[in-house]
Amino acid sequence: MKLNERSLAFYATCDAPVDNAGFLHKRGGRGAGSHRRWFVLRGNMLFYFESEASREPLGVILLEGCTVELVDAREEFAFAVRFAGGRSRSYVLAADSQAALEGWVKALSRASFHYLRLVVRELEQQLAAMREGSPANTLSANPNPISNPRPKENGRAVWSALPEQPTAAPKRPPLPPRRRASAPNRPLASFAQLHEHYGREVRALRSQWRGGQAGLAGLEVWHRSSSGGTHTQDQP
Amino acid sequence: MRYNEKELQALSRQPAEMAAELGMRGPKKGSVAKRRLVKLVVNFLFYFRPDEAEPLGALLLERCRVAQEEPGGFSISFVEDLSRKYHFECCSQEQCQEWMEALRRASYEYMRQSLIFYRNEIRKMTGKDPLEQFGISEEARFQLNSLPRDEQTCTGSQLGVLD
Repeated sequence: MKLNERSLAFYATCDAPVDNAGFLHKRGGRGAGSHRRWFVLRGNMLFYFESEASREPLGVILLEGCTVELVDAREEFAFAVRFAGGRSRSYVLAADSQAALEGWVKALSRASFHYLRLVVRELEQQLAAMREGSPANTLSANPNPISNPRPKENGRAVWSALPEQPTAAPKRPPLPPRRRASAPNRPLASFAQLHEHYGREVRALRSQWRGGQAGLAGLEVWHRSSSGGTHTQDQP
Repeated sequence: MRYNEKELQALSRQPAEMAAELGMRGPKKGSVAKRRLVKLVVNFLFYFRPDEAEPLGALLLERCRVAQEEPGGFSISFVEDLSRKYHFECCSQEQCQEWMEALRRASYEYMRQSLIFYRNEIRKMTGKDPLEQFGISEEARFQLNSLPRDEQTCTGSQLGVLD
């Protein structure tokens, strides 16, 4: 099966914080000796490198559907990542300490996408239940309708906690309308709705901005005069 | 890069969030559009020859950008080289829209942001941390500061800013 390995390698080594990282001893297949590898957990993918400084992983273990268990092995602090199904191999790994072992077992056993989605759905339901329970949260007409039958958005997003942007220098693109977050009877939309809504807004503003500028020169000036990158406005 | 192909194949057989036969064209110059059964399962997009059980390939959907191309068509590319696009042709703009929205939400990183967002909202409303009941409130990967700094190459591109 083909896999977008190049993108995978970039994902493995990108700047974003990792979910766990450290040295583990990994047994080679079929009783070959074990090697000390640098492991990096990102999402539901466990990458392993020859060394901490390597720029490309030796391999990756997709963790979806795995179980993680302690094992009684010749190595100390050993655990196994196992998959269902007859001929699937197990990965026997060993940490350097009890603390590292526990950290890895915890991290890996909750690394699957399915697990994360379960938790998100549970929280979504909790939030919806709170909305229904609270008398203040009546559905009210929204000046910025989204094409979705569910409760309307209140214009508040996690990144609204940021300080106000300074007044735009002449070359900066116009900021989107700032919406006040405090209205008590505006129910909260789902993250997906807000994401889609703001995404559309950003796209529209961006094409407006690009349409009105004399090519890249205008954009470059904006880059230099702003404090961050192109997405400064959207930072959480 | 080695990977556990058997598990990836098993994943491709699981219930999909979205599945459809679409036209698909790879990023190489001169590649021709072919009919493929395209299946979205968790953060992977599998593609099969129609009527074949084993996928031809899979795309991990992290750090990707999904963009509208021609009407009824969209592309997927990755942050490290946005010009290298996988093109998909849908039977209608409506189907195209549906796929783009689903793909933009398909990454683990997006799901993580959702979790942090809801956690925060619930915490603000109730004063309590909803993750405590799961015993995961202390995990670094669910803290607000676990989102990378520069509006997340992981998530900035997920906003699907279109050129």
